[in-house]
Amino acid sequence: MVITFSGVLTGILLVPVLGAVVILLLPKEQKDAARIIAAVTTGVALLLALGVFFGYDVNAANAAAEQGEVYFAFEDHVKWIESVGISWHLGVDGIAAPMVLLTALAGFTGVLISWGIEDRTREFMAFFLLLVAGVFGVFMAVDLFVLFFFYELAIFPMYFLIVIWGWAKTREYAAMKLTLYILVGSVVALVGLLVLYFKAGAATGTGDYSFDFRALHAAAQAGVFDQPFADWTGVSTARLWFPAIFIGFGVLAGVWPFHNWSPDGHVAAPTAVSMIHAGVLMKLGAFAALRVGVQLLPDGARAHLPWIIFLTLINVVYGALIAMRQRDFKYVIGFSSVSHMGLVSMGFATMNVTGMTGAGLQMFSHGVMTALFFACVGMVYDRAHTRDIPSLGGFVQKLPLVAVAFIVGGFVSMGMPGLSGFVAEFPIFVGLWHGPVTEPVATWPTDSFNYYGAIAIVAALGIIITAAYVLRVVGQVFFGEFDEERFPAVSRITVYDKIALGILIFWLVLLGVYPKVMAPMIESGVKPIVSMLGG
Amino acid sequence: MTILAVALLALDVVWPDARKRDLGYVAGVGLLAVIGVMLVLAPPPGEVSDQLLLGGMIRHDQLAQIFRAMVILGGALSCLVTMGVPRLQHRGDFYAVLIVAVVGASLMSAAADLIMAFIALEMTSITLYLLVGYLRGDVRSSEAGLKYFLFGAFTSALTLYGLSLLYGFTGETNIYRLGGVLGRSDLPDGAVAVSLALVAVGFAFKISAVPFHFWTPDVYEGAPTPITTLLSTASKAGSVALLMRFFLAVFPPAGLLGALEGVKDYSALWVQLVAVLSVVSMTLGNVLALVQTNIKRLLAYSTIAHAGYILIGVAAISTDKSAEGAAAVTFYMFMYVLTNALAFGVVILFANATGSEQIADFAGLSRRSPWLALAMTLALLSLAGIPPAAGFVGKFLLFRAAVDANMVWLALVGIINVIIGLYYYLIVVKVMYMERGPEDGRPVRVDTPYVWALGIAAAGVLLFGTIMVSPLVDWATEAARALYILL
Repeated sequence: MVITFSGVLTGILLVPVLGAVVILLLPKEQKDAARIIAAVTTGVALLLALGVFFGYDVNAANAAAEQGEVYFAFEDHVKWIESVGISWHLGVDGIAAPMVLLTALAGFTGVLISWGIEDRTREFMAFFLLLVAGVFGVFMAVDLFVLFFFYELAIFPMYFLIVIWGWAKTREYAAMKLTLYILVGSVVALVGLLVLYFKAGAATGTGDYSFDFRALHAAAQAGVFDQPFADWTGVSTARLWFPAIFIGFGVLAGVWPFHNWSPDGHVAAPTAVSMIHAGVLMKLGAFAALRVGVQLLPDGARAHLPWIIFLTLINVVYGALIAMRQRDFKYVIGFSSVSHMGLVSMGFATMNVTGMTGAGLQMFSHGVMTALFFACVGMVYDRAHTRDIPSLGGFVQKLPLVAVAFIVGGFVSMGMPGLSGFVAEFPIFVGLWHGPVTEPVATWPTDSFNYYGAIAIVAALGIIITAAYVLRVVGQVFFGEFDEERFPAVSRITVYDKIALGILIFWLVLLGVYPKVMAPMIESGVKPIVSMLGG
Repeated sequence: MTILAVALLALDVVWPDARKRDLGYVAGVGLLAVIGVMLVLAPPPGEVSDQLLLGGMIRHDQLAQIFRAMVILGGALSCLVTMGVPRLQHRGDFYAVLIVAVVGASLMSAAADLIMAFIALEMTSITLYLLVGYLRGDVRSSEAGLKYFLFGAFTSALTLYGLSLLYGFTGETNIYRLGGVLGRSDLPDGAVAVSLALVAVGFAFKISAVPFHFWTPDVYEGAPTPITTLLSTASKAGSVALLMRFFLAVFPPAGLLGALEGVKDYSALWVQLVAVLSVVSMTLGNVLALVQTNIKRLLAYSTIAHAGYILIGVAAISTDKSAEGAAAVTFYMFMYVLTNALAFGVVILFANATGSEQIADFAGLSRRSPWLALAMTLALLSLAGIPPAAGFVGKFLLFRAAVDANMVWLALVGIINVIIGLYYYLIVVKVMYMERGPEDGRPVRVDTPYVWALGIAAAGVLLFGTIMVSPLVDWATEAARALYILL
């Protein structure tokens, strides 16, 4: 039954679930108890996640990669539904470990930021914990059924949280749109996943069907997916199904043109949910696209990423331009997320070590940064009751810490050196400039013209536009004249808010001045992928 | 079970009025006990020849076992949820006839003979006509009963004709021998196709597949809700079992009949037919459900859509004996029985509390009864196919079977329908949770039988979707393999 079990990852997953169950059993008057339990469980998860992060052995990972093995740390492997080839298999590789930490950070700070929720506190905390648990599950999954299970599991708490506690004006529309969009993307990817499962299982010849990543990866290395998909087409499985899987999961990553759910979803959601949403949920999509798409179908990646990169470019530039036009504070951040997630997808599409490492760093950096942004927006909105940028102004006088936090976040989003944004974006651009490890399999004749460099230049425009809208928002919201009549009583932020902001700023600064804490880890996860691509 | 039914009638006469409500307990618990007895004391024999009982009328194999368990469970849960309905709770004859309907459905699960198939079909149908129209004073109930009767009588006449054609062509009534003779006979394709189509009419009627679904919304809405529960659980489960067994036995794929020469493979006929029915049912059911305002009608259209999903699994019954399609169908039906019992049970409670079956009147119920709202949400998530409810695993298995049988297009259609379905299920959830009702704070009354019934159902839906998936999948696979053992 049990193959290996270290318990840590299952623990990180179960603690929020248990917390949610306990909270639901409380009587509804006991709001403080609900909050405390939520904080304690996410705190425990955070400590365990820190343990996983700092306990990850980069050298072991690199050694395993040299041997061509797939390396996962802290594995939990228990048989679940044997007859179908599904097992409870959790593990983290170099890319997943920072993501687990990110989720834990966003979860813990989210609970702190939500301390003030009074309406049905119990249900809010319970659903929030379930959402966090679902997201943990995706990052930790080594069995792809488990990945898909938790991917879907995150959907319904999201719907609840937005529709009940969200912004009254658009919450129903946004929640339904978000849910349906994500579901569409995920089920398209499901069909692709099933195709891989059957092809791999059939190729074993022993009827050994399995959803386990190692089994599918072995099949990929053996070239199973490079065979023609069916009798009626000569196109290989990898090339035929890669777009479905990558873009199916990419919907959640906000890949243009399927990004539409994201800004509305961000804005309609309550603050903590926006933090998880933009900070973590969108990374799920990129992560799953990488894990199931690029890692298992490298030939498909080689064939399709060269044109998918244009979609990501549109994300970066278009997202930034739209952000500049927004009047609503939160919509600016929402579109900024679309833009920065474009950089993540772009980094993965570079298909070399530097670019992909940058993408992994960007996932973490942007995750923390956007959580910080939404926290700040939430604090301003709770006090000003408006998000209209022209009406706001001078909030640095009343909320100095929030202003500082927002400015830090702004610098990160601009890629200012000294903060994590630079550490993340610079490698992506370097990677773009160098181009893919292997000549892109041309879907149109591009004999010697490596257009990746041109993409780098255009994408760099995105930075300029980002700087423009960030500085504009900072200037208009935090500096300038403060309207005393309109905002008579702006309360100070609570100690919980301060702790949350502090934690988030700490990680942005740490990664900025000491990237070595994370970059080698991500690199160790990326190298095996690139060697399969370059192979 | 017959003894139980008779005992109920006797008790109905003997017990004073005040105690009569407890008849529900007798019925419900009695049925659950029957399941226990069946599983422990009467496992199916290993040898195929020992499995045919009653002169070859029924076949007592694992498939019959699991479907009987489902059917009786559906019946038990329906009895328990009757106990809160004012005009039905103390009627002993109601419980007795309900049990007879359950007997009919369980005979359907095991029927191995044309005559038994028809008897079982009729036994279930006629008792259900009665039960649907039970509330004579209620216009909707009488109308529903009459509609169901007329529709059912018509389709069963067509089915009987189809069955008699099959007998006429082959001279056999045992479906396994019939299949063998039919495969080796030299009949024109048209004749076989016609008899297949006629028999299919009856099956499509019982499982509410398009185009024989017209009775479903009106009957589900008009019938007393416990009977709606029974219809959507026990009756449907029995029919699905009979459908699978019948098609595989009478029109088997050539690979299963042994390597004899000249064995004609008629399976393509029904596989294509089932696939088409599946697509149409799913799409029509889901699309029409989008505009419903009455919860029972919405669940009725959802039933039609689910008939479509189930037929995906039937169409994907592969010929390589890996039994994935049939196993998926079996698993799905089991979780469907539990899910529907849960959903309709909550509907009964809410209807008693608000006096209405309109979805809009469910507003604010999450504030009045958070646990009931959560139970309903779990049921709706299961119907939609979202984890952690068992419906997710069920749908996953169905799509997996479809992809394996090289019917990827069918899986894609199914997936599109899942998305449409999610929309209207979420709307109900949204109404319960988001909107405020007129009587916030006053809890909905939940009597003990409901705690049991909904508790069992909810536990099942949650457990079979997470921790206990494996035992059920294994049982379903074993049952499905039994389908492939032909004589």
